[in-house]
Amino acid sequence: MLRKLFSQHEMIILLIVIGLSVAIGLINPAFFTVGNAFQLARAATITGIFSMGVLIVLISGGIDVSFTGIAIFAMYTTVTILANNNYEGGMLLPFVMAAAMGLGLGLVNAFFIAVFRLPTLIVTLGTLSLFRGAMLFWVGSDYFNTIEMPPGMIAYARAQLFPYTMPNGGTTSLHPTIFILLVLAVLVWLVLRYTMLGRSIFAIGGDREAAERAGFNIMGTQVIIYAFVGLISGIGGMIVGALFRQANPFSIVGTELDVIAAAVLGGASLAGGRGSVIGTLLGVVLITIVNNSLVLMGVPSQWQRFVVGMLILLGTGLPLLRAKLAEWRRLRGGGAAEPAAAPVKAR
Amino acid sequence: MAEQTTRTEKPIPSGPLSFLRGGANGNIVRLLLAVIIIFVAMSLLRPDAFLKVRNMQSMAFQASEIGVLAIAIMVTMLSGGIDLSIVSTANLSGIVAGLILGAMVTPDSAPGQVALGMAVAIGAALLVGFACGAFNGLTVAVLGFPPILATLGTLLAYKGLGTAITKGTTIFGVAQSQFIGNGLIGKTVPVPLIILIVVALIMAVILGKTRFGLRLYMLGTNPTAARFSGINNRRVLWTSYVMSGVLAAIAGIIILGRTNAANVDFGGPYVLLSILIAVLGDVDPYGGSGSVWGVLLALVGVQFLSTGVNMLLFQSSGANFFKEFSWGALLLIVLLVNYYSHRAQQRRLMPVAETAAEASALR
Repeated sequence: MLRKLFSQHEMIILLIVIGLSVAIGLINPAFFTVGNAFQLARAATITGIFSMGVLIVLISGGIDVSFTGIAIFAMYTTVTILANNNYEGGMLLPFVMAAAMGLGLGLVNAFFIAVFRLPTLIVTLGTLSLFRGAMLFWVGSDYFNTIEMPPGMIAYARAQLFPYTMPNGGTTSLHPTIFILLVLAVLVWLVLRYTMLGRSIFAIGGDREAAERAGFNIMGTQVIIYAFVGLISGIGGMIVGALFRQANPFSIVGTELDVIAAAVLGGASLAGGRGSVIGTLLGVVLITIVNNSLVLMGVPSQWQRFVVGMLILLGTGLPLLRAKLAEWRRLRGGGAAEPAAAPVKAR
Repeated sequence: MAEQTTRTEKPIPSGPLSFLRGGANGNIVRLLLAVIIIFVAMSLLRPDAFLKVRNMQSMAFQASEIGVLAIAIMVTMLSGGIDLSIVSTANLSGIVAGLILGAMVTPDSAPGQVALGMAVAIGAALLVGFACGAFNGLTVAVLGFPPILATLGTLLAYKGLGTAITKGTTIFGVAQSQFIGNGLIGKTVPVPLIILIVVALIMAVILGKTRFGLRLYMLGTNPTAARFSGINNRRVLWTSYVMSGVLAAIAGIIILGRTNAANVDFGGPYVLLSILIAVLGDVDPYGGSGSVWGVLLALVGVQFLSTGVNMLLFQSSGANFFKEFSWGALLLIVLLVNYYSHRAQQRRLMPVAETAAEASALR
């Protein structure tokens, strides 16, 4: 029974996270300070929020690379509108506006993917370009620095949770945004585990045709999926703008890979039908640690990309290798004819 | 008794010959029409700038490296997969070539030394492309990784290798190698264009006339059937990724020649552009259909459009933003049009089947 627990993918990732943390801590004890932990938490929160959306898409058998485009569009447009109108209020309106825009853009994705059944990678590559190009061309490409941002957003950025005074005198804290991530994670977990919607997401990813025949509403589910991803991305983009206290229209886009890598490391498979919230969150932690700690370990920053790339390959390869191993053992035991190789097709 | 309609329906064109029949669903015909329209429009709007030889040359210089990349991505798309790492491979190859050139050739080297340096550099670049493609092929064909994820990983890994080698800096080429990217044959024809045409010819022959090409199309159409036909899916798939890597290396060499520099961050939008050009050129993203000539026609169209936008928006940064928007829009429009024409084609073929089914049901 213990063996079954340890062979679960999420457990392996947890062990890797623990092992990596210990290793880094041994090399550089600065890793184990509260200050470092809080800093990692901030970085992980943003990746984590986006990863919830990516997780759902991956489970459904698709891939969405346009979420960063949705995020920046929602954030930058909202900030532009609010700043130009000298908005003085709190964070609620910006979040609502960004979420609404994100939802709308997500529906654009949903239109092409759910209604026309077009390949998800290519559609979202197209919409990424579409959204960002539209934003830069029609909304603007100016950079808003801290002074020009709506004051409500700056105040939000300064919010503190568990303030802690560091040995060198400065203070650091957790940011309340982590609650947004927690609520989101619990929500996604509940939906995936206990609702019919969640079942249909897994079903579509596992075998689309079987799901269709079983009576699942494929189009409806996909519309909900991509609209939801858009919504989350809008909120995530707003958080980035608020926490970094600037609105740079050229930011966010380009960070897709970290988020996708986190979900994949956590057990989500591109072929669909697999994935979990816990796994994805662990994957986010792993990616965040790797991205932020290589420097602590003395690894030159120029090797960072290479390491993350190899991590993705390893993370994707792990479940594949285990599946192959399982097949081997079955073959040895049963002596049956060689199973047909799975068709190697991208979607 | 239902009547049997004896219709001589054309077989569904696919594979390399689809181009001659106007594309799998008439896509090529529509594309040709679109390209002509764009050309005429641009000629009418800016005849002073657009219709000059200088402009044609400039477009050829820009388009050639993208063209080679588009052909590269076509090869892996034919198998039903995709190679997203082509730009990273191209940059890595360019970096290696640039480093070797820098080490072997100086401004006052003898012509023999220059030739040797260039030969070694080009050879090394091609080898890098081969290695990158071979690793991709290993993960996808042998280990069974999903191509999108595998090449996303290698995209980052190869970029990372390049970053590690260059420490993020730019590698500069040597003056003598500029000929590859900027030279003119006979004072008119750009060298990169010749490279593109040669590459296209070779790939057209490989894909259309060799056993490998046929096997690749069959693999893309139906991997299970291909396997049971005796095709070694693994080897065909692996080879297709190797080809993609080598082609990417060629593109990297052209880029090095044209810009006289190599950097890991070059060619950001090129992946999207290559996919756009391939899909526009009648390559089926699910595999099994597409031709080199369709891709070239699409390349011409996209280049006309790009140059057109530049001319109309006067080279401002707004032009780049609008181009980004238009590429995304174009890709989505093309996908939609393909979808509808495919459906129309299915409907055309269905009545025959329905009739036959009715006939057998009534008996």
